[in-house]
Amino acid sequence: MRKMNFAQAINEGIRSEMRRDPNVFLMGEDVKFGVFGVTAGLIDEFGEERVRDTPITEEAIAGAAVGAAAAGSRPIAEIMFIDFITVAMDQIVNQAAKMRYMFGGKIRLPITFRTMAGAGISAAAQHSQSLEAWFTHVPGIKVVFPSTPKDALGLIISSIRDDNPVLFIEHKLLYGLEGEAPDTDEPIPLGVADVKRPGKDVTVVATGFMVHKALQAADQLAKEGIEAEVVDPRTLFPLDKETIYNSINKTHKVVIVAEEVKRGAWSGELAANIAEDCFETLKAPIKRIGSLNTPIPFSPPLEKYVVPNEVDIINAVKSIV
Amino acid sequence: MEIPKETLLTMYERMVRIRKFEEKASELFAKAKLPGFIHLYIGEEASGVGVCAALKDDDYITSTHRGHGNVIAKGGEPKYMMAELYGKITGYCKGKGGSMHIADAEKCILGANGIVGAGLPIATGAALSIRLRKSEQVVVCFFGDGASNQGTFHESINMGSLWKLPIVYVCENNQYGEFTPQKRHQVITDISQRATAYGIPGVTVDGMDVLAVYEAAVEAVKRAREGNGPTLLETKTYRFHGHFEGDPQLYRDKAEVEEWMRKDPIPKFEKQLLNNKVVTEEELKVIQNRIQQEIDDAVKFAEESPYPEDNEAVKDIYTDLIEEGRLR
Repeated sequence: MRKMNFAQAINEGIRSEMRRDPNVFLMGEDVKFGVFGVTAGLIDEFGEERVRDTPITEEAIAGAAVGAAAAGSRPIAEIMFIDFITVAMDQIVNQAAKMRYMFGGKIRLPITFRTMAGAGISAAAQHSQSLEAWFTHVPGIKVVFPSTPKDALGLIISSIRDDNPVLFIEHKLLYGLEGEAPDTDEPIPLGVADVKRPGKDVTVVATGFMVHKALQAADQLAKEGIEAEVVDPRTLFPLDKETIYNSINKTHKVVIVAEEVKRGAWSGELAANIAEDCFETLKAPIKRIGSLNTPIPFSPPLEKYVVPNEVDIINAVKSIV
Repeated sequence: MEIPKETLLTMYERMVRIRKFEEKASELFAKAKLPGFIHLYIGEEASGVGVCAALKDDDYITSTHRGHGNVIAKGGEPKYMMAELYGKITGYCKGKGGSMHIADAEKCILGANGIVGAGLPIATGAALSIRLRKSEQVVVCFFGDGASNQGTFHESINMGSLWKLPIVYVCENNQYGEFTPQKRHQVITDISQRATAYGIPGVTVDGMDVLAVYEAAVEAVKRAREGNGPTLLETKTYRFHGHFEGDPQLYRDKAEVEEWMRKDPIPKFEKQLLNNKVVTEEELKVIQNRIQQEIDDAVKFAEESPYPEDNEAVKDIYTDLIEEGRLR
């Protein structure tokens, strides 16, 4: 096993795929240095052609990725903050996601859109959002949301190798997280969830940074004799319902934790699926935790208030166990 | 410029093919044979054909919602296009795209596009891929005067010029952005002026004269292929029909339309060919009849083709996943 942090894992995965496949290239704003250093150093090995700084021009970045993919390349396009993706929405939603379908399946669009999401650094309302539900809503895109260095490494490799547009979401609070990763750069398939902690009393499905909040909550709950099973879907679409449902069939109770605002959230879609498919096995209402339905505020106490924490998870679990 | 007879005849053939295809589409639409809505290219034939005649088979194009003409100009086949307009499984896109999304990857046609201005960054990306693959190909990006006001116009031409990509941005200025005349959507009259802002050549040509368009396109394509970067080429043209079929055209008067129709690019080209003794009237007639037959056959092919099976709806979204169907 190797020690690496989350940012290094993504860097390693990109490096590995760029070595393996000359069609892979990276472009985005300031990727030469990388705002959080994620892509730092790649330019030394691959040069300015394949590690390409762009002007501040999100729609052209996304659109150029679509065109490059359609013409035989395998782009990794970075949209620095997911908040900026609004500027590129037409190219992602109307072009990338639909082109294969509109063209009768006669084209492949191997694109990885990398982007950074999440609150926690007082970056305020335009640099802190969790917008994954917008993209899981659109047929034609896959959405990946890793929580550990090991998963980030394996999933960025699979995302790059995938022949479809993939939105790869990186929570900014995870970049410094240290962890172990396999010695070789191996892909982790998309659409396979991971049980991050086994338990028998309640299933906690958590995504991204919230996986770690859920694990902290589970540790607390264990002290009180409640064993929570923490399931990390890792990819939001395609979604590994089987692993989630297997856990619920064992615990008969479920709490879903996601940082996105609760209204219109991906977590609501999952809750609806569970209600449709697991109604008979549930012994308590489905609980769902998300950010309050507000923009992310700047002031640290307000930001903390709006975003879910381990206390919210513990309270939700205790309300049904 | 000395142009081989074969090239001239191919250009003529493609112009006639566009005209007859579009006239047939108009007729079928009026008879309610075609679902959805269609935007026709009648009147603009010289623009697409003149530009595409300067391209090789493996050069790329992107097009617009008014895309039938560009697709035929690049070698698109009427039977698969017509079947697509009918929504049949034998169409270019298995009936899943329709008029606004006709594409043919084999002919390097990266699609018509339903979003005004969306082709600009896509074309720019295709040119970037060519550069990264160290290929000799070139991209032509067709768009209209309306699209020249979209943000993608600026973002894409800035990127294309910055990186000196092998692309020609072709603005087919047909004088109207949907119902709005050019003078009411921008201050300038020559969109090619905007090239100055990107440090690239801007050229305006008579888009009703296929030879003028061809000569300008040859120059721009050569520049792109030789690694000297993009050109903004504007073809001044006019659509003889409305924005879409059924458009009552309350925004323009008949006199203006009639004035432009007197500049019809097809009779004009016929005159040039006859005056220069490239062809005889007989030869032109033979071509016209052959194309008419081809279009009639295309309609027959489309009408006789089946619709897609229901389960086609859930396929071709991803390369490796099929969505759930509906139980009935």
